[in-house]
Amino acid sequence: MLKSLKRLLPALCVLAFTGANHAAAQANVRIEPPVAQQGARILEEQTASAAIRDYLQSWKSLSAALEQNRADLLNPDFSGTARDKLGETVQEQDGAGLSAQYQDSSHDIQIVFYSPEGLSIELTDTVEYDMQVMDHGKSIANQHMRSRYIVVLTPAEARWKVHVFQAMN
Amino acid sequence: MKSKLTFLACTLLIAAPGLLSQDGHLQAPKSIAAGNGFSIQTSGSGKATLYIVGPNQVLKREVELGQPVPFASGTLHNAGHYLVILKTDGSVDKRELDVTAASNASELTFLARPSRLPVGLHDGITGAVYVFDAYKNLITVPASVSFELTNPAGAAQTRVVQTHNGAAFTAMDSTQQQGADKFTARLGDVTNTRIVGQVPGDPCGIKMSAKPSGQQIQLVTEPLRDCSGNAVPDGTIVTFTETYDGAETTVDVPLKRGIAQVDMPVHHGALLTAASGVVLGNQIRWEGQ
Repeated sequence: MLKSLKRLLPALCVLAFTGANHAAAQANVRIEPPVAQQGARILEEQTASAAIRDYLQSWKSLSAALEQNRADLLNPDFSGTARDKLGETVQEQDGAGLSAQYQDSSHDIQIVFYSPEGLSIELTDTVEYDMQVMDHGKSIANQHMRSRYIVVLTPAEARWKVHVFQAMN
Repeated sequence: MKSKLTFLACTLLIAAPGLLSQDGHLQAPKSIAAGNGFSIQTSGSGKATLYIVGPNQVLKREVELGQPVPFASGTLHNAGHYLVILKTDGSVDKRELDVTAASNASELTFLARPSRLPVGLHDGITGAVYVFDAYKNLITVPASVSFELTNPAGAAQTRVVQTHNGAAFTAMDSTQQQGADKFTARLGDVTNTRIVGQVPGDPCGIKMSAKPSGQQIQLVTEPLRDCSGNAVPDGTIVTFTETYDGAETTVDVPLKRGIAQVDMPVHHGALLTAASGVVLGNQIRWEGQ
């Protein structure tokens, strides 16, 4: 019994975390310990939590923007290169009569770098999501995708914004 | 018999669209470098629509089945994970495609701090870079980035750091000489430079003299220098204090032309001191010289 409980513990922790913090996201979230780097800035737990919370929120913005073809929905969570590229995708989709739904179902996140001056946090995320592509409102394909993303966040006025958002399988 | 023929004809009519529709299939590379030209092979006959869809880019083409679909260099340029879909009236075929960053660095995003600091500070200057290709994709393949801090006299500190996940960082000591240093990150031919102003540190010591000046005492410091010999900038505050009979008089004076001076009331037996920040100068007991 004890052995089975021990085996279940990591999964329970993930579920508990998911339930407590990310119920609205409906995605399982696993957070790996940050990569320790000699000489890098010490990452406070509060900072890490805020960055991850804001990153997970960005998936909702991304999903809504690409489903509704509304680039303005990206503004609260994306900046710089990521904002530009996603905004262009919205334009391309709109021009071609396409839209896409991205529903994230699980994240496995690890912070891999916190720059010494505190102006950027880099994380990797192995994310699973369901993708549905629509052409003029008609579904043409569904696919369950698994991909490893590399993400760079930078601090904005009151939150971390996604500055680089790139799959790197 | 007639009804059987009618049934057969109806069945054929109902099934006809399916029989006439084309099944299209595609063959796509599993991975390409961002911006490289590539081709997707299709099989079957008739017309179809080809989609390449990902969060970072979307392409849509009307294609003729059985023909390769060429994509010119620069067409698919954003790194990411894509779904390639070939759709005909009666079929859908799909593949996943990875687009990786190009291998040649084209841009370094360089975060350097601070822009101004005192001389002689250990690990006082930090720099971090992210390496991008020509399409602003983060290059995650390890690469050697060189950081160089050069002072106005030309002396340089250099560190070579390997990138991890597209990022590299370093810390450098500020030099002993005041002035504008160049802090450069370099990868191949790509460089990015920041100017770091190095200002004198706190005074290394304060030497003060006192002499009568009419009905007062004139206190004057010698020119203030930091421990590396750089002149402490004008405007730095020196606090003069006169203590006499339990009472204390304090005057804050900014440095002017490297020195600070002030006139204080004459009190025989008064204790006179000078300080700047945490640095204390000499003390003088005024005995009416």
